[in-house]
Amino acid sequence: METLSLLADGFSVALTPSNLFLAVVGCILGTVIGALPGLGPSNGVAILIPLAFSLGLDATAALVLMTAVYYGAMYGGRISSILLNIPGDEPALMTTLDGYPMAKAGRASDALVLSGVASFVGAFLATIGLILLAPMLARIAFLFGPAEYFALYLLAFSTLGGIASNNQAKAAIAACIGLGISMIGLDNNTGIARLTMGELHLMDGVDFLVAIVGLFAVTEVFVFIESHGKNSALGVKLGKITIPVKDILRCKWTMLRSTFIGFIAGVLPGAGASLGSFMAYSAEKSLVRDNSQFGKGDVRGVAAPEAGNNAAAGGALVPMLTLGVPGSGTTAVLLALLMTLNITPGPTLFTDRPDVVWGLIASLLIANVVLLLLNVPMVRLFVHILSVPPWVLLPGVTMISFVGIFSLSGSTFDLLLMIGFGAMGFFLRKLDVPTVPIILGILLGNNMEDSLRRAMVISGGEWTYLFSSGIAIGLWVAAVLGFVAPMFLRGKIRKPQAITD
Amino acid sequence: MSDRLFGLVVIIVAAGYIFAASLTEVSFLSDPVGSKTFPYLIGGVAILAALAVMLRPDAEPDWPSAGTFARIALAVAVLVAYAYMLRPFGFIIPTALAAGMLSYQIRPRAIAAMLTGVGLSVGLFAIFKFALGLGLVAFPKGWF
Repeated sequence: METLSLLADGFSVALTPSNLFLAVVGCILGTVIGALPGLGPSNGVAILIPLAFSLGLDATAALVLMTAVYYGAMYGGRISSILLNIPGDEPALMTTLDGYPMAKAGRASDALVLSGVASFVGAFLATIGLILLAPMLARIAFLFGPAEYFALYLLAFSTLGGIASNNQAKAAIAACIGLGISMIGLDNNTGIARLTMGELHLMDGVDFLVAIVGLFAVTEVFVFIESHGKNSALGVKLGKITIPVKDILRCKWTMLRSTFIGFIAGVLPGAGASLGSFMAYSAEKSLVRDNSQFGKGDVRGVAAPEAGNNAAAGGALVPMLTLGVPGSGTTAVLLALLMTLNITPGPTLFTDRPDVVWGLIASLLIANVVLLLLNVPMVRLFVHILSVPPWVLLPGVTMISFVGIFSLSGSTFDLLLMIGFGAMGFFLRKLDVPTVPIILGILLGNNMEDSLRRAMVISGGEWTYLFSSGIAIGLWVAAVLGFVAPMFLRGKIRKPQAITD
Repeated sequence: MSDRLFGLVVIIVAAGYIFAASLTEVSFLSDPVGSKTFPYLIGGVAILAALAVMLRPDAEPDWPSAGTFARIALAVAVLVAYAYMLRPFGFIIPTALAAGMLSYQIRPRAIAAMLTGVGLSVGLFAIFKFALGLGLVAFPKGWF
């Protein structure tokens, strides 16, 4: 019952007029961002962080705004998947499989409403799951010492590399790039500059926001220049919006099952929403008795990935808030937001800043209801967003990125660094090197090194201390398994691949 | 081939990184691990992973044509110029130029690109300045 009273306190924070307003604005912005091809939850949240920061919002307000954007983008991604067969973001990939055939069969509005409801079920139940699971995990996290944290960081990198990428070696290289960059600047322990090559601008290190915006937003411009802005989305038609009650009822078990699977996938470090929707879809396809219509416009094939990816989005917040280890690219970006706001995620967050945690959770519940209203009766508004052509959208996104970074630091050097990250991101993407481990490396590098050094100080330089507790050993085993096992399961478990029509 | 080249580049960079880390001054008050160990570990893992990539390269990615590369290089040049112009020339003019040129790179239609540039520049300035209250400068001082 303690949880309920905490939640009530949370609602009193979230229901202030200004926070409620920010939640609604965030939901609208998020849905738009999710719907636009080329903009998804991670780069959408990334370009907004510097702006939210320059607005001078307090920590709770900024979190309310950005998590509403995050949830909104997860909802919005389905719109272009269904109408255009182009996923608005990576997690919405699986929705194209049955959503687009439904739209082609003239049932676009049914598919949109059904997927909106499925998104709501997934996100709402996952938020409840977050409420139940996060405080428990936070209590366990109090047992973590530096050795356990070091193993946990390793686990995050290895599962991210093992499950969520095609080539482990390339994911490892990406993690090393990120960790290597995070080392640049003053050494936390001794205060001596490292790896700055005498460049004064690098004394403070490389700002993770510069790297995130560069890799996620600027890279996208180069990708669009390469593709010539094909996939542009003009001339979408949508019939009258009705509520397909029969289809929704038919999918109730599908939604619940997919929510469960998605939530678990989200909680695991490194898996995230893309994998959540993928696993929910494949599980559903193998569970139902008659799966002959899957891929041809089965309603369950629309409900499963949407419930799965939204549940995973909620689940991914669990490790991010309780342990400070993000489970996916987008939560890595949210972690960057927390760090910018000077909030340290981890078990202490739940005891020291209950207003932030429970205000955030309450606003997630509110955001969900707002999003259901926006995405079912008012979905028609967002369909018009799809007709913004890429040759207006992408320059606009770039300019917003520049202004965001510029207003944060006012430094030309940071802008150049951002362009550098953008160009690097383009080559890495061509080479199929994942960029999320780079972000994670930059975010976690210093913490990871600190926990290693602290562990060694405690033990007086005895390396076996890293494996001295049950939790630490368990995490090491999981890390090794998470990295190695997918090599042997390549045939069975695969990262969802882009589908060409 | 691309992967082999990529692996080679990673190895060279990682070796350089390890060398740069070895130049770190050592504090007389140090912990058992010290300032250099973790960077050495990172460089070492990167070299191992790069060797693995070189030994078992993936299928060749489809690289864009030389013309597309030239356009991307031009876009990078435009952005670099924009980064340098933003402070001395104010927001409106550099943004209109850069946004217009990027738009032209994505879809080569001159008039539409020009309109996009001007529209984005003025529209974004209005949003940033008046709705969000960021301290942007529209034009260099003393122009008007």
